[in-house]
Amino acid sequence: MLEEVPLGTGWVEPALREEFRGLGLRYTVVSAHTGRSPRELRARLRHLSDRIHGERVVNLRREPVASAYRVFFRQIGIDPDEHKPPGEAAMLERLRAGRFTSRDLLEDALTVAVVETGVAVRAFDADRLEGRPGLRIAQPREHLYGDRVELPDGAIVVADERRPIGLVFGDTGSTPAVTRATERIMLSVVRVPGIPEISVEEALWTSSGILTGTDRREQGRRGRSRK
Amino acid sequence: MPDVVDGHITERANVYSGSRNRLPATPFGLHTGLDEAPARRSLREQIAKLERELAAVFASAYPRRGLEWRVGSPGGPRVLGVGELEEVRDRLASRLEDARRTLRDRGYVERKNVERIEEMLEEPARFKWVRISNADIGEPGCKYWHSRPRLGLIGMLMGWWRVKISSGCP
Repeated sequence: MLEEVPLGTGWVEPALREEFRGLGLRYTVVSAHTGRSPRELRARLRHLSDRIHGERVVNLRREPVASAYRVFFRQIGIDPDEHKPPGEAAMLERLRAGRFTSRDLLEDALTVAVVETGVAVRAFDADRLEGRPGLRIAQPREHLYGDRVELPDGAIVVADERRPIGLVFGDTGSTPAVTRATERIMLSVVRVPGIPEISVEEALWTSSGILTGTDRREQGRRGRSRK
Repeated sequence: MPDVVDGHITERANVYSGSRNRLPATPFGLHTGLDEAPARRSLREQIAKLERELAAVFASAYPRRGLEWRVGSPGGPRVLGVGELEEVRDRLASRLEDARRTLRDRGYVERKNVERIEEMLEEPARFKWVRISNADIGEPGCKYWHSRPRLGLIGMLMGWWRVKISSGCP
């Protein structure tokens, strides 16, 4: 079981660190359930929707954080025009759908974090993990936790101290995925070279604050709506 | 399906949620020799520079349409070998050059169209029925300049031509 920490730093396999200097993993663990989003959060998503327009999306890839993701995607063999980095994907979905659609508390918290900071936060069931999380290269015949599909040699994965739990910017293993039964959630950010630490921390604080109901902006909105 | 498919991790590895198909393995080029590490680092820096330049060209191309931006990739996420990084770099460089050339050509045509609008406004009768839109001059919006006769058929017979400027998008 992964212990709760305000903001932890994951390990990075030395070979990987040598290849990508500045690559890292930050995480936090919160006691929270996912479920239907509160009215205040849905209002926040609507407010965010109003701030996104086509020209901003066009210029997004020139912004430092979005640019860092695109560069890293290229460097690890993913075409960012085919499989958009999370920030771009969220913005494009907003343009396509006309708004940010509320899905559930967790999805909405991650959407707010990625839209406000540009940094992608990922969630895992903390009670399914063993030891600290980190980044490493998959070994031959390994598979994601809960899946039977073998990972290719050399795949970059998020892992706990026993096994891979997700591909970097890809699938999550079925066992450590967050479900309605999850009681503690690990929120993690793969820190890509070039992304400022302050943005990473803000993304984690924002998403964890929403999930636990301690986000100051959420509290402010709730306070105002009660008056 | 063979177990080893050269150079591709699969689409599943790329997608955020996908099918449960078996992943083909790929040769992993990280341990091919210590001397390759600096080469990989240098190639990644070149890729970063080219990607940033391509992003700048992409933003400056707005609102023009029809340009090709896809570069392709060897499949990931994984540590790419020197050969794969070279391939990504070369494709990026080629795409960047194509985009710049296309934009230069379009820029020339757009400048000519702007000059034509000025000439149309001065002598509408010389440009009968010519219609130039914002897209033709590389600007956003639906505005257009259209040389047409005043009062329809009568104006056409009398040679009363004028340039009608649309008010924008409906």
